[in-house]
Amino acid sequence: MTTTDVAVELITVVIDGFEVNVPKGTLVIRAAEQLGIQIPRFCDHPLLDPVGACRQCLVDIEINGRAFPKPQASCTIPVEPGMIVKTQLTSPVADKAQKGVMELLLVNHPLDCPVCDKGGECPLQNQAMSTGHAESRFEGTKRTFEKPVAISSQVLLDRERCVLCARCTRFSDQIASDPFITLNHRGALQQVGIYENQPFESYFSGNAVQICPVGALTGSSYRFRARPFDLVSTPSACEHCASGCDMRTDVRRSKTLRRLAGDDATVNEEWNCDKGRWAFKYVTAVDRLTTPLVRGADGVLAPASWPEAIAAAAAGLKGKRSAVLVGGRATVEDAYGYSKFARIALGTNDIDFRARVTSDEERDFISSKVVSSTTTYADIDKADHVALVSFEPEEESPIVFLRLNKQVRKRALKVSSISTKLSIASEKLNANFAKVAPGAEAAALTALELTNKSVILVGERASETPGLLSTVISVSEKTGAKIGWIPRRAGERGAVEAGALATLLPGGRPVEDAAARVDIAAVWGVQSLPSTAGRSTSEIIKALSTGELDSVVVGGVDALDLPHSKDAIAALKKSFVVSLEIAPSSVTEVADVVLPVAAVTEKSGSFLNWEGRARAFAAAVNDSFNRSDLRILSMIADEIGESIMLGTVTQAAREISSLGTWDGARATFKSVSTSGAHSVNGDQALLTSWRRLLDLGTLQKGEDNLAGTSRKSVAVISASRAEKLGVKNGDALRISNEVGSITLPALVEAIHDDAVWIPRNSRGTQPLISLNSVHGDVVSVVKA
Amino acid sequence: MTKLTPVLSAHWDEKDSFTIQAYKRHGGYKASEKALAMDPDAVIQLIKDSGLRGRGGAGFPTGMKWGFIPQGDDKDHYLVVNADESEPGTCKDMPLLMANPHVLVEGCIIASHAIRAKRAFIYIRGEVTHVVRRLNQAIEDAYKAGHLGNGFDLVLHVGAGAYICGEETALLDSLEGFRGQPRLRPPFPAIAGLYARPTVVNNVESIASVPAIIANGAEWYQSMGTEKSKGATLYSLSGHVKNPGQFEAPLGITLREILELAGGVRSGHKLKFWTPGGSSTPIFTDAHLDTPLDYEGVSAAGSMLGTKALQIFDETTCVVRAVLRWTEFYKHESCGKCTPCREGTWWLVQILRDLEDGRGTEADLEKLLDLCDNIMGRSFCALGDGATSPITSSIKHFRDEYIAHLTNGGCPFDSAKSTLFEGANA
Amino acid sequence: MPYSQDELATMNSIIERYPRSRSAIMPLLHFVQSRAGYVTNEGIETIAKLLTIETAEVSAVATFYTQYKRKPVGEYHVGVCTNTLCAVMGGDAIFSALKDHLGVENDGVTADGKVSLEHIECNAACDYAPVVMANWEFYDNQTVESAKSLVDAARAGNPPAPTRGPNKLVTWKEASAVLAGINDGLANEGVQAGEPSLLGLKLSKNGGAK
Ligand SMILES: Cc1cc2nc3c(=O)[nH]c(=O)nc-3n(C[C@H](O)[C@H](O)[C@H](O)COP(=O)(O)O)c2cc1C
Ligand code: SF4
Ligand code: FES
Repeated sequence: MTTTDVAVELITVVIDGFEVNVPKGTLVIRAAEQLGIQIPRFCDHPLLDPVGACRQCLVDIEINGRAFPKPQASCTIPVEPGMIVKTQLTSPVADKAQKGVMELLLVNHPLDCPVCDKGGECPLQNQAMSTGHAESRFEGTKRTFEKPVAISSQVLLDRERCVLCARCTRFSDQIASDPFITLNHRGALQQVGIYENQPFESYFSGNAVQICPVGALTGSSYRFRARPFDLVSTPSACEHCASGCDMRTDVRRSKTLRRLAGDDATVNEEWNCDKGRWAFKYVTAVDRLTTPLVRGADGVLAPASWPEAIAAAAAGLKGKRSAVLVGGRATVEDAYGYSKFARIALGTNDIDFRARVTSDEERDFISSKVVSSTTTYADIDKADHVALVSFEPEEESPIVFLRLNKQVRKRALKVSSISTKLSIASEKLNANFAKVAPGAEAAALTALELTNKSVILVGERASETPGLLSTVISVSEKTGAKIGWIPRRAGERGAVEAGALATLLPGGRPVEDAAARVDIAAVWGVQSLPSTAGRSTSEIIKALSTGELDSVVVGGVDALDLPHSKDAIAALKKSFVVSLEIAPSSVTEVADVVLPVAAVTEKSGSFLNWEGRARAFAAAVNDSFNRSDLRILSMIADEIGESIMLGTVTQAAREISSLGTWDGARATFKSVSTSGAHSVNGDQALLTSWRRLLDLGTLQKGEDNLAGTSRKSVAVISASRAEKLGVKNGDALRISNEVGSITLPALVEAIHDDAVWIPRNSRGTQPLISLNSVHGDVVSVVKA
Repeated sequence: MTKLTPVLSAHWDEKDSFTIQAYKRHGGYKASEKALAMDPDAVIQLIKDSGLRGRGGAGFPTGMKWGFIPQGDDKDHYLVVNADESEPGTCKDMPLLMANPHVLVEGCIIASHAIRAKRAFIYIRGEVTHVVRRLNQAIEDAYKAGHLGNGFDLVLHVGAGAYICGEETALLDSLEGFRGQPRLRPPFPAIAGLYARPTVVNNVESIASVPAIIANGAEWYQSMGTEKSKGATLYSLSGHVKNPGQFEAPLGITLREILELAGGVRSGHKLKFWTPGGSSTPIFTDAHLDTPLDYEGVSAAGSMLGTKALQIFDETTCVVRAVLRWTEFYKHESCGKCTPCREGTWWLVQILRDLEDGRGTEADLEKLLDLCDNIMGRSFCALGDGATSPITSSIKHFRDEYIAHLTNGGCPFDSAKSTLFEGANA
Repeated sequence: MPYSQDELATMNSIIERYPRSRSAIMPLLHFVQSRAGYVTNEGIETIAKLLTIETAEVSAVATFYTQYKRKPVGEYHVGVCTNTLCAVMGGDAIFSALKDHLGVENDGVTADGKVSLEHIECNAACDYAPVVMANWEFYDNQTVESAKSLVDAARAGNPPAPTRGPNKLVTWKEASAVLAGINDGLANEGVQAGEPSLLGLKLSKNGGAK
């Protein structure tokens, strides 16, 4: 508890003869938990509004000597002074009431525990053991339904197992604002269901499966795959985005079988998104790299032994002008390894973690503002106004969306979205939609009314609009609003703190600050460090193509994520490339040495989420080779003769924490002026796009059930443009420029008249590759 | 000598009684004129003084309910009239609205003034097309005549077949466009009702009683009825009686008196059992003929006055069959929200069917009673409680008849005998 | 077939009755039934769009209430009260006779689409038992014979007038429009009350009450 929190009133109640002090407003069922008294329950869920529907949690209550005439649902009654509660442990009435409800719940429940996925971890099964009668008195006919029904490609429903607690429907409505599943019909025929033409395609549907207290909702991918007692569970962190979900990974015989949302009240509460839950097969996808590869004199990549490969890598790097590109997915420890490797083994500050469209303005923004940022989820909870700038929370950081949604529902938090197109999330958040032309975001931000209680959440796409980050800073300085920078990938904030950037050393220390260099050099045990700021991703690519650089170490970067990807691949082809990867990619294809590394689930480590909060995890699956990037970099450094001494994750973590904090000056920010939107005429439009949560991302490989729920690829235009073009929803639109073209069905929606929106990396639409363009560029839009 | 006191029904025998002209002919819309000139609090006080209690079943004092609405809270307030009338046996509100819808419209004007509501809704069950027409027309005519509009609006909302929507919080959810399932209380409707705003929910008859009270004064109303159950009310007599129908009489009249007026049980037969206030009120027998039909009298005798739906069954009626039918009704109408009611009624029906067919043993009666014990007071709302009333009360009074089914290997009654067209092949 | 401009205008006027649009869902469903005779997918999708809620939320409501039908019913939908009192007094006999007579089960529709049959719960007319409803109009004091002739006449296209209702029985779709709150001008037709409703009043006049 922070000191600014108002003191909460404590109330003393007596439960089963024991006194307990709990904050005012605590429900009886949770006050009992404080005493270790478990009252059975089904519909109750601490994060959903109480309903009191299942009646399993009945207890006897009296207040100041006045007894309630009948047992009360402890999940709906807040404690009151003078309250005396008797649970099933001390009240025969409560005990009989609970046994009675349990018996009734089982009347229509099938006896299929042996074939049910929930068997062994089923609250109904468990509570039937503790609260139920040994034998059923029911001799009649049970309700049956056709089973199971697929309510989406990834969720199955067995209605006869359902106890109608309505957790799933309440979750979908109250938490995700996706009421695609509802209770239908009435009475004994009441059943969960979808509307026949609208599957349960919510990004958060897996949570409904997870909180189902019986086996009524199951994930298609996990169904019949395992029994809970065969699984080994490991606490983990999600590698998919910067939200930072706490997770649990369940493994059987070295194979991940499922992942569940963990419980972290400060971050994801008890939720996660479907990508985090269900996209893990990429690790076991068939094309996983297993042995090192070295390009031979014949120009062919051929399997090699580790010593051979390490030697080849070191030989190609030693004494050369080299750089490091490390994608945004590295763990903090690995990123630290790359950072140290660049400075010591390669003697350069030419390192960048940003494998996407970037700018120098963004690099400066990160070096000066992100490194020191303390903005957290808690700031969203307290904010008077949250501005979303080039950021679509549901698509790009889903837990941020859930948190915003919670505040919107709870206290009508004001949210403004500065965007070219109205999104589903903005509608759900009831956001004030500041519709702008691509490139004109800055002016709209300046126009917002913000205070020192406001929060500006800015996405990585802000780097695509010159001057926007400068405006974010100036607006923040003027109003006192806090800034939260929310990149998409899980490793980006950690890479910032690890110094995997041309201008930063670990701990946010500016490269150009001599004292900062001395700090780090001391810890690293070296004489000095390279002192001038290095090159950015695009500068590195450029330097490789012009021959100013000879070689590059590439960790987890797909060249197809880079602007001008063809040029980038050509530049890599010309250079000596050491690629650390888990699977073949556009980079491994042109690499000279390919070193297979461990996937996240196979190693321990940590991420920093967008808040900068550490999300540590242990290896869920043992990788017999222990091939963390870190270890391999260490070996190469040893071979080069400039050791970085980072053999293990633990070593790296210890060294990172020994660096201490940096109290010196931050890098300075040079403001960039805005250029505004281009003007268009005729068939021209300004392209705008973002990535959807479920798309063609490499980490979603092998998950067809998940992919089945992704949003359809469309090209969004305004009503007036549609009228001008004579197109209606569903007609084909062709978006093109001199590089190429994309054809998609049209969708008329609220979007700036000058703009056309397409998904950035979905089926049939990869503008970065086929148009070499993503935001604000002029394209032509015609009826195809 | 008759105790009957037609007030609400006073002019139902006029052919055009449902028109605004007929209503005005008898002083209609004068009471609202008078009330609108009064301070709202004075109207509430007057209703409190009259002793009017809710006619929807529970008998909660109407004036006190109005008094719970917060004042000066700058929020919209709502009046919602409960015209869902679906409790088996209950058949007073529909004839009232068919014959004189304007008295409800005028009652709404007065009640809304008292609770400072600018908008009122009448939630009427959907299975009564002609009553909907009459009420809709009355509202239209009241608008045309200027009694509605000018800052006060009355909206008719038509249900779609769900007994549970008579339960006031389910009604509110239904009116808001959701499935009609009851809400958690607190908050009570007086604090957070329709659209989470302070709301009064009253039965049709309760609100329809208001204009006469305003017109004639609290004392006049007080002068009728018994000590704690003031005024007159509609008793609905149905079933095996010579002349079924509506009897408007002071509270406290007895069934014996009403039966006398109605010509008694159908000739050649005798009273076996009856409900004082709908199927959810425990049944009575001929031992209760002299129970005063007011809130206190009926509850002292172990049942509830409920909706004053006096359903009379003679000795030809099989109590097991009657109870099974009611239980099937509760099963059909259970909203499904809570386990005891949803699953309990499913099970109860199966046991009762077996008993009716003579399957089972006397132990099943204990099981039935134990199940009722596990439903009664364990359900989310009173529907589940009501479902147990016919069972427990009938086993209390007619245990032998249940057992007779078992020993007989089936129902010992000839169902044709209890029909009105005796002899038809059932 | 998509809704016409007129129909959409009516639907919007229904929404305007309420301070919050979602409240209009029930009359809108009645309205949808008044067009197609039942709640069609198109109806559900249109309502969802008009109220800016999800289709699942509309179907959740539509399936809760027994009066909303998700498949077509007859032009004359006949409900026989089989709740205890009516059942005992003849409702059961009437219902089983009608099933035989029409050759349909509960919730069935005759092959000509004219008549559908449903056993219904207490319809607030117990003093007129046994009660039959056709398109939710009252047919009081029925017998097996009167009920059979009611459905026969309905199939022939000339059903008798309701006991307490307009001079002519309207169709299922027309009745649904009334339930959607659309005035069909028939309110003044028919009796103001039946005999049982007037019994107490008559007795009091005869006996000189008050
Ligand atoms: C299952 C159930 C059904 C009910 N049905 C009705 C009804 O049809 N009409 C009615 O006025 N009250 C009904 N009530 C009572 C209402 O909840 C509420 O108490 C009443 O409308 C209040 O009005 P009053 O104070 O004027 O009596 C029902 C209650 C329950 C539990
Ligand atoms: S008792 Fe339960 S299931 Fe029955 S109607 Fe009430 S809330 Fe619904
Ligand atoms: S857990 Fe309390 S009623 Fe369901």
